[in-house]
Amino acid sequence: MSATRDKFGRPIVVVTGMGVVTSLGTGKTDNWAKLSAGESGIRTITRFPTDGLKTTMAGSIDFVPVEPFSSTDLSERLADLATEEAVAQSNLGTKGDFPGPLFLAVAPVEVEWPQRQELGRAIGNQTEINYDEMLRVSGGGKFAPYHRRFLFGSVADHLAETFGTKGSPISLSTACASGATAIQLGVEAIRRGEADAALCVATDGSVNPEALIRFSLLSALSTQNDPPSAAVKPFAKNRDGFVMAEGAGALVLESLESATARGARILGVLAGCGELADSFHRTRSSPDGKPIIGCVRNALADAGVTAEQIDYINAHGTGTPENDKMEYLGISTVFGERASEVPVSSNKSMVGHTLSAAGAVEAVFSLLTLEHQRIPPTINYDVPDPSIPFDVVPNKARDARVTTVMSNSFGFGGQNASLIITGEPI
Amino acid sequence: MTDSSRPNESATEAWITGIGLATSLGEGLDANWDGLNQQRVNVDEKGFAPYVVHPLAPVSFDAQIPKKGDQRQMEAWQRIGTYAAGLALDSAGIKGNKDILARMDMIVAAGGGERDLAVDSAILNAEAKGNAAPGFLNERLMSDLRPTLFLAQLSNLLAGNIAIVHGVTGSSRTFMGEEAAGVDAARIALARIAAGQSDIALVGAAHNGERKDLLVLYEFGDFNLKNKYAPVWARGEQSGFALGSGGAFLVIESRKHAEARGAKPYARLSNVVADRAARKNPGDVTATLNKLWSKLGKLDDSAAIITGATGAEPVTSEERAFLAAHPGAAVRATGTTFGHTLETQFPLGLALAALSISRGKLFPPNDTSGLEIETAKAPSQIVVIGAGHWRGEGMALVEAPR
Repeated sequence: MSATRDKFGRPIVVVTGMGVVTSLGTGKTDNWAKLSAGESGIRTITRFPTDGLKTTMAGSIDFVPVEPFSSTDLSERLADLATEEAVAQSNLGTKGDFPGPLFLAVAPVEVEWPQRQELGRAIGNQTEINYDEMLRVSGGGKFAPYHRRFLFGSVADHLAETFGTKGSPISLSTACASGATAIQLGVEAIRRGEADAALCVATDGSVNPEALIRFSLLSALSTQNDPPSAAVKPFAKNRDGFVMAEGAGALVLESLESATARGARILGVLAGCGELADSFHRTRSSPDGKPIIGCVRNALADAGVTAEQIDYINAHGTGTPENDKMEYLGISTVFGERASEVPVSSNKSMVGHTLSAAGAVEAVFSLLTLEHQRIPPTINYDVPDPSIPFDVVPNKARDARVTTVMSNSFGFGGQNASLIITGEPI
Repeated sequence: MTDSSRPNESATEAWITGIGLATSLGEGLDANWDGLNQQRVNVDEKGFAPYVVHPLAPVSFDAQIPKKGDQRQMEAWQRIGTYAAGLALDSAGIKGNKDILARMDMIVAAGGGERDLAVDSAILNAEAKGNAAPGFLNERLMSDLRPTLFLAQLSNLLAGNIAIVHGVTGSSRTFMGEEAAGVDAARIALARIAAGQSDIALVGAAHNGERKDLLVLYEFGDFNLKNKYAPVWARGEQSGFALGSGGAFLVIESRKHAEARGAKPYARLSNVVADRAARKNPGDVTATLNKLWSKLGKLDDSAAIITGATGAEPVTSEERAFLAAHPGAAVRATGTTFGHTLETQFPLGLALAALSISRGKLFPPNDTSGLEIETAKAPSQIVVIGAGHWRGEGMALVEAPR
């Protein structure tokens, strides 16, 4: 075994660049300062009227202007910002020429209301509006840019063009585990030896009326609107749902060999990835927790570490009654008595649930936790839930020796993915 | 260039051991094979006029999705895909084999589901009549959207439904991005198997072309075939694609894994390569296809070609320029028979290539332009081509098992 291969003989995969945008701000410095200070990015929504909505707050990003607004345009803009930061930090390749493939986690795309309403206006009020009429006015080039904009592959295409990634860019969705899956695809590509570097990006700009209402109709969202900053209460007894949020995370992954050869600064190691699908229900986890347990065990096995070596868990921790209960069941089954000793905190208590971006945003935060040796808190934790006896690092960040982090992501459709991230090669 | 599966002496050989097809020609391998040999085309010029679409042939969903409750939770594209996935598992002989399904990897190429057209239209009509009070949209969506519609539209819920209905749970990944997603699903599945990261994978996609909301998206770019059906190569001035309906799934597994369970291959999946031509200058796609061809591995002079050419321009002409450099090859365009099924077109091409190899002949041409030529030879190599209507180029080499 050479020093650049892991105990299974695979190339060790390291992180040499990372970037992040959340409702807390743009960039690692700003985000880390606020995250470790326990600040919330959740605000009352001002982007659109919230009349008649049960949930009126979100971790929306209004400091990145997008005009006219579409969620896909915002997703693209956020991905740009995070990727620029990550690529600049890695100092890999040259501007517009990134020497590896792109894996992009992105929310599913479709034509949105502002554009649909534009079609309605093009039809006018003299005719009954229906899809036949919409079809009649859609062609002829007047709305040509909307074709590209609302293709599923358009954000990845833009990133591939801008950053010069190589080959066919992959857009993917594993719902709320998407960000972790993007990273996993990059890790696998480097381990196969088909690339020395990969750009793994995850982005989500989904705070629009219909997306919010869709989650609201599934009773998934918190309705504790006042104050918005106190809405997300992961692992607390009075938790009542997640809060939608926007953001992007980007990681430059590289083989340790390639990173060392060019003298790059190594920010951390992607030691292992695990996944396992749940066949129980479209939105609920199997009550026995087996898929989550299996996912966590797969990640540990892939990294070649034991549960005893994990000294911080960056939880999925959405703040829904169901998720947090199931996450405790999964972790306590694998970790046994240590489940109440290992610090487990949820970044979502502060930034909200960045959905497709969450896995990558939280991987960046896990790496920052390793760098700063300081665990960001779970805020809004005032009423402990006795059935979830985690050490949630309540309300205040904590200095701690952290060497090996597990970051979990679970999503609708039975999606489970876990990452093991370390400071040094193991 | 993404060399995910560069020919490698030590790479694990991968076989296609299961094929599931539910298309506009019918469900199952025989119905599709017979339809192709009879040069049958199921096309609807009236239902969505002036747009031409290929409707799904009648399918008894109960046969693969026994619970009505499951069917109700799905949109048409999810039902088609879940059905075709079940056929693929059946065909591979692993339906219900919990041991294998629990560790089977899955990569689905997906778009999304159909919107509620009535809800959209009612809102736009009300707004046109001046009802634009703040919160009007919220109020209507809150009361008119079915809560479960979201899940029926969500891209990764085709994979989710396959997990629920068929128990495929080793892993579940959904690729999006139109035609390229179908190429990359096969490319990544093969690369993982070749590198020993996976033993067996379910790969595929589904598409419902009978959708006005999708027609709107492609109408923005004037990509829809209008008024009259014509074979892909004979569209000339009237370029465009007719949306197709169908699901195509494959079971791909390492030869070792297949042999250990006594499974027989339809064909060997030797290579999948993909790239993204910038498409800024004329000739970009032709050049990329040439480059991909050179990466496939050793090709015989007799290799046949099954292409997902869309009929949209300028990409179809660029592909024709590429094909013109291979004048001896027997070419078949799936778009002529099945229409354009976006994410599904490449898995469909792989399925038909594997089927042709297993049946020892290529299905006949269905083309009035003369581009597709007859051949009686048993194909030993078929190259599958997918060049997206707007972006993404891919190729695969499907071979007779040795």
